[in-house]
Amino acid sequence: MSVTTIGEIVRGDREIFPPYLYEAYQSTRRRAPSLPLVEVPLTISELTGPGPAISAITSEDADLTRNAGTGGEAIGQRIIVVGRVVDENGSPLPNTLLEIWQANAAGRYLHKRDQWPAPLDPHFLGMGRCLTDREGQYRFLTIRPGAYPWRNHPNAWRPAHIHFSIFGPSTLSRLVTQMYFPGDPLHELDPIMNSIPTDAARKRLIAAYDHGVTEPEWALGFRWDIVVRGDFATPFESNGNR
Amino acid sequence: MLVQPETKGTRIRIEGRVVDGDGAPVPDALVEIWQANAAGRYNHPLDEGPSPLDPFFLGFGRSGTEDDGRYWFETVKPGAVRFDKNRLQAPHISVTVFARGMLNHVATRLYFPDDPETEHDPILHLVPEERRKTLIASREEAGGAVTYRFDVVLRGALETAFFQAASAPA
Ligand SMILES: [Fe+2]
Repeated sequence: MSVTTIGEIVRGDREIFPPYLYEAYQSTRRRAPSLPLVEVPLTISELTGPGPAISAITSEDADLTRNAGTGGEAIGQRIIVVGRVVDENGSPLPNTLLEIWQANAAGRYLHKRDQWPAPLDPHFLGMGRCLTDREGQYRFLTIRPGAYPWRNHPNAWRPAHIHFSIFGPSTLSRLVTQMYFPGDPLHELDPIMNSIPTDAARKRLIAAYDHGVTEPEWALGFRWDIVVRGDFATPFESNGNR
Repeated sequence: MLVQPETKGTRIRIEGRVVDGDGAPVPDALVEIWQANAAGRYNHPLDEGPSPLDPFFLGFGRSGTEDDGRYWFETVKPGAVRFDKNRLQAPHISVTVFARGMLNHVATRLYFPDDPETEHDPILHLVPEERRKTLIASREEAGGAVTYRFDVVLRGALETAFFQAASAPA
């Protein structure tokens, strides 16, 4: 009997997910596991996860333009990012905690490791969280992040992106990934994006401009749906601050 | 910090370093842990007991690493949870590590060296024998406080055994 493993689906799927080791992404050469992963059956430890418990205690803070607590508003192009979180069968994941983090409009993170000469914005923390509603929908108000340089190779720039962290119902649905913006010429130059094996899978990381989400005299709307664990899963990665 | 004054169970500290394939510290990692409470119950709808929930214990912790790759948690020792109808798993803590330069996160488990069930654990037995020690923390005691040291080696000869989960329940 052939058993399809979650590992194959979630990690090993050559069509969708990046390998641990991707030479063009320099840091993977020292951080990618080199020995075989150990395949284990799903026990109560894997079938559970912190998602439900921590979702119950988190207050909503989905407005990144004002959540710095300064009373001021972040500078930049105001955007609304909406989408649905569903599982591999298309069922919505309600009450699921989403966390996002991103650079400010100038492409700088509020982080001690980020010291490139772009301005900080005192009214922008770059972090937000929200819970999905009953239909699995989420909504953030933020500003469009800028691109930023990194030291992977000469003249390397990361395309504008927003980092997403999703907990979901179990450890299997735990996902960290990045959302990109449509029409960005930096996409094809980005080794992180290119580590995703297929064009179709890469496209799933790019949000769509949605004029129905755009609000007049207020903010541009983008739509980005997230699928956790399954054949059509959103490619994911592990990511600290970058 | 996973514990409050009211939390039931034996206080322990989990501490360790995340290091890369060159043995260099990983200063930008995020370590997350997930564990049962002292009675062996997960705070999750799928775990229906009969062990009691502890209203003062969620079982989730998150720690960024310092410049030297170090992370730590203050928690309680988890109780044993079920494996299948007849067997229990040894007490363990699920550990997930995220970092820049890791295109997928890695998942592993911490086991306790001083727990008699550890050597009988059915999951640990799936790990090649020579790599099992990478999942067993080392115990240190100072001034009555117990610390379990658990380093995560992302790559190389001493690489921590990482898991991928099969789709079939145990
Ligand atoms: Fe980033």
